[in-house]
Amino acid sequence: MADQIKPDELLDKIDHTPERGDWMHTAVQIRPGMYCYSANPASLETMDMPNVRKWDPLDEDWKLPENWQEIIHNGIKERLERFRTFKVFMDICVRCGACADKCHYFLGTGDPKNMPVLRAELLRSVYRNDFTTVGKILSSIPGGKKLYGSRPLTLDVLKEWWYYFFQCTECRRCSVFCPYGIDTAEITIMGRELLNLLGLNIDWIATPVANCNNTGNHLGIQPHALMGMMEFFTEDIEEVTGVNCAPQFNKKGADILFITPSGDYFADPGTYTCQGYLILFKYLKEKYGLDVTWSTYASEGGNFGSFTSFEASKRLNAKMYLEAKRLGVKWILGGECGHMWRVVHQYMDTMNGPADFLEEPVNPITGTKFENAKSTKMVHIIEFTADLIKHGKLELDKSRNDNVKLTFHDSCNPSRSMGMLEEPRYIINNVCNNFYEMPPNTIREQTFCCGSGAGLNAGENIELRMAGALPRATAVKYVHEKFGVNRLGAICAIDRAALPTAMEYWVPEVGVTGLHELIGNALILPGEKKRTEDLRFEPLPGVEEEDDE
Amino acid sequence: MNQKYLVPLAGVFLLFLVAYTGVEGAGLQWLFGVVVPYAALLAFLAGFFYRVMGWASSAVPFRIPTTCGQAKSLPWIKQNWVDDPDTAGGVFVRMLTEIFLFRSLFRNTRAAFHRNEKNRLSYSWEIFLWVGAMAFHYSFLVVILRHLRFFTSPVPGCVKFLTKMDGILQIGLPELRISGVVLLLAVFFLLLRRIFDAKVSYISQAADYFPLFLILAIAGTGICMRYFTRVDIIGVKELTMGLVTFHPVIPKGVGGLFYAHVFMVSILFAYIPNSKLMHMGGIFLSPTRNMANNNRAVRHINPWNYPVKVHTYEEYEDDFREKMIEAGLPVDKKE
Ligand code: SF4
Ligand code: SF4
Repeated sequence: MADQIKPDELLDKIDHTPERGDWMHTAVQIRPGMYCYSANPASLETMDMPNVRKWDPLDEDWKLPENWQEIIHNGIKERLERFRTFKVFMDICVRCGACADKCHYFLGTGDPKNMPVLRAELLRSVYRNDFTTVGKILSSIPGGKKLYGSRPLTLDVLKEWWYYFFQCTECRRCSVFCPYGIDTAEITIMGRELLNLLGLNIDWIATPVANCNNTGNHLGIQPHALMGMMEFFTEDIEEVTGVNCAPQFNKKGADILFITPSGDYFADPGTYTCQGYLILFKYLKEKYGLDVTWSTYASEGGNFGSFTSFEASKRLNAKMYLEAKRLGVKWILGGECGHMWRVVHQYMDTMNGPADFLEEPVNPITGTKFENAKSTKMVHIIEFTADLIKHGKLELDKSRNDNVKLTFHDSCNPSRSMGMLEEPRYIINNVCNNFYEMPPNTIREQTFCCGSGAGLNAGENIELRMAGALPRATAVKYVHEKFGVNRLGAICAIDRAALPTAMEYWVPEVGVTGLHELIGNALILPGEKKRTEDLRFEPLPGVEEEDDE
Repeated sequence: MNQKYLVPLAGVFLLFLVAYTGVEGAGLQWLFGVVVPYAALLAFLAGFFYRVMGWASSAVPFRIPTTCGQAKSLPWIKQNWVDDPDTAGGVFVRMLTEIFLFRSLFRNTRAAFHRNEKNRLSYSWEIFLWVGAMAFHYSFLVVILRHLRFFTSPVPGCVKFLTKMDGILQIGLPELRISGVVLLLAVFFLLLRRIFDAKVSYISQAADYFPLFLILAIAGTGICMRYFTRVDIIGVKELTMGLVTFHPVIPKGVGGLFYAHVFMVSILFAYIPNSKLMHMGGIFLSPTRNMANNNRAVRHINPWNYPVKVHTYEEYEDDFREKMIEAGLPVDKKE
C-alpha cells in the first residue's frame, strides 16, 4: 500500500460544508481507494446469486440484465410489503439534518452523500418517483420532479447506490439521533439486497460468504488446517503458562458449543483473544468440569451473509443450531464479535428458531439463569465471564496486565443493537488496573464505528476505511495524549482486524486487544508455571527488573 | 438552488391570492368557506387513514430496536429501561418520551473539525434544533386547541382556560397570545436554519420549504385578523359552527383575508397525508423505537419466513471426511 493516501492529505480534504448545488445532479464518481472490487463470479454462483459475470465498477457497462429496472422496481415493491421499517422510513424523514454529522464516513470524508439522510435519499428519491401518488403525478408535469425531489432510476443512480451503500457500515449511529428512529443501516440493508438482485456484490463480502457456506468459516479454513492453527495456539500458551490448553472439536454430548468469528483463528491480535478463550475453557474444565466443544462445521460466528441479504444471512446462520442439535449440547456460547451478535441477538431465533432442542441456558458453575437468552439459547461470552467473575469463580491476577493502559471501544452492534455496555466494563475493571474512558460522545450508544464494518474491511478501499476510522481514532488519540493509553480494547473480531490498521495510521502508539486476551493473561491456571511473559511474549510488568537484580 | 424556496414561496402567495381575490372579486365564499374545507378534511382523514393502514399492512419481520442504553441482562447490572426497554411498559414510556419530549432529538450534537496541529474533532451539545422543534410543535398545538372555541358552543372550560393562560402576559388589546408569537418565531427559526445551515440547505427539497411558508402564511393571516383588521368574530363563528353542524352558512361582513386563512389551512390539511408531515403518524410505527429489546428472551415471528437451502453437516463431512479423520476429528460416517 505504498501509494496509500497520507494522513495529512486525508485531513486536508475534510470539509463539512457542502458546496451549493443540487445533489441530484452531481453525478457519482467512483474513485479508487473508496470502493471495493466486484464479486468473484464463482462466489456468487455458490450462493445461487443472479446475474453472475465478471464486471468492473470502473467500466461504463456493468453488464446488467435487459430488464434491470423492472427487477429493482419489483424488488422495492416486495420489500415495502415485507419490511415496515423500509416503508415507514421511506415516508417520514423530515430532512431535519439531525443525523447529518453523526456518520463517521461523513465526518471523515466530508462527502455530503455520506450524510445518513442523503444516503437514504438516494433511494428515497426513486421511491418518491415510482411509488407515491404525488410523485407519479408530479413526474408527468415539467419541473414537477424537482418540486418533490424525485427522480427516475437510471444507470447513474444505480451506480450511486452501489457506491454509497458500500460506504455505510450499518453501524446505526444515525438511528440513535433521529427523532423517528430512522435507521439508515436498515436502508443500506435494503439497498444491498436490491443490488444483489443484479449481481452487484463486492468480493470482500461475496467470497467470505461462499467460503462460510462451504467450509464453515469466512476464511475458508478447512478442518485439518483449523486443527493445525489450534495446535499452534496450544504450543504458544504452553510456552507462556506451562499448561496444555488444547480445545476439543466436534464432540458429541459436550455441555456447551462455543462459536466465535474465524478472524480470531487467523490474525493477530484476534489470535490472542482466541488463546484467552482456550485458557478460560481449560480453567473451567479443570476447576469445575465444564465440557466445552468447538466445531469445525460451525466454525464461524460472524455472518457476512447479513451484509448481502437476509436469505444469505439465514443460510449461514442456520449452521449454529444445526450443529448444536447434532452435537446434543445444552446451549451455545458465542465469542466476542459485533455483527455476529447483531444476527444472533436480533435475527437468529426468528430466522432459524425455535431452538426447542436446547435447554434454557444456565451457568452450571454459578447457577445463574441467563433469563435474557432463554429463547435463543445463546449466551455472549462477555455475559458468561462477567457472571463468573461476579460470583468469584475466577482466580485473577490483575497485575499481569499492568503494562496495559486500556481504553474501551464499544462496538456498534453490541452497543446499539444489544445494549451491552456495562458487562465489558465490569470485566475490564476486574482484569486491568489502568482503564480510561474516551469522551462521552464517542462511547456507549454514541460510539463510533471502526470504519471497516459491514464487509468493508478490504485493502483496496483503504482511504475510505481510514477516513471512516478518523472519529474513533481521534478519540483514542485524546486519551492516549491525556492518560498515556497504549491499548484499545474491543469485543469485536472486525475491530481486532480493522483497528490495528487504523491505529497504525492515526495513533501508532496504540495497540488493539480483545477482552479475553486480558482474561487469558490474568487468569491463574491450576498448575501453571511462574509466568514471565504475556500472551504476546512480552515481558510481564516487573519481570525485567527482577532479571536485572 | 434558490428555486427550492422561491417556488414554494410563490406557490403559497398564489394560494393566498386565489382565495382572497376569489372571495373579494368573484364572491366565491361558498367555495372557499364551505366546499374546500369539507373536501380538505375528507382528503386529510382518508389520506391519513390510507397511509397508516399502508404502513400497518407491511410486515415486521424482525425485532430491531435501536438500543440507546444498558439492556436488561444479568440481575446485578442496572438496566436503562427507558432507552433500552425490554417490556411493553418500558416501550410505552420510551415512546412517550419520543413523542412528547423528542427524546432522540434532545441528544443532538454538533461536530466540528479543526485542521491544526491537534486536528481535533469535537462534538458539542446542540440544543437549538430541539428547542425550535419543541417550540414549534407545542405552540402549534396550543393554537389548534385554542381554535376549538370556534367549533364548540358552549366553549369547554379547558379551552377557555388554555386561551386565558395563553394571554397571561396581558400586553396590548386584544391581548397578545403567546402561542402565536412563539409559533411565528419557531417557524422563522426552522426556515432560516434550512436556508442558511449549509448541510440542511443541501438536503432540503422544495417540499420541505412549502409547509414552512404555508404555516407562516396561516399564522400571519391569523395574527393579522386578530390584531390589525379585527375580523368580525361573531360572523366567523357563525360560519365555523355552520360547518361543524353541517348547516353551512355564509355570514356577512367577513372579508377575503379570513377565507384566505381558511383556504390555506385546508391546503395544509390536504397536504399532510401526501407528505413528510405524516411523521406525526409514522413515529408511532417506527420499529427501532416501538419494540422491546427482549430479542433473545422471547421469539419474534416473521410472517414470511421461508425455508432456505443450507449446506448441511453431512455434505460438509462428505467434502472433508478424509482430512477430518487424518486430523483426528470425529466423523459420523467412517468411509
Ligand atoms: S434525523 Fe431522521 S428525520 Fe432527520 S434527516 Fe435524519 S433521517 Fe431524516
Ligand atoms: S448506519 Fe452508520 S455508516 Fe450507515 S449512514 Fe448511519 S452512521 Fe453512517
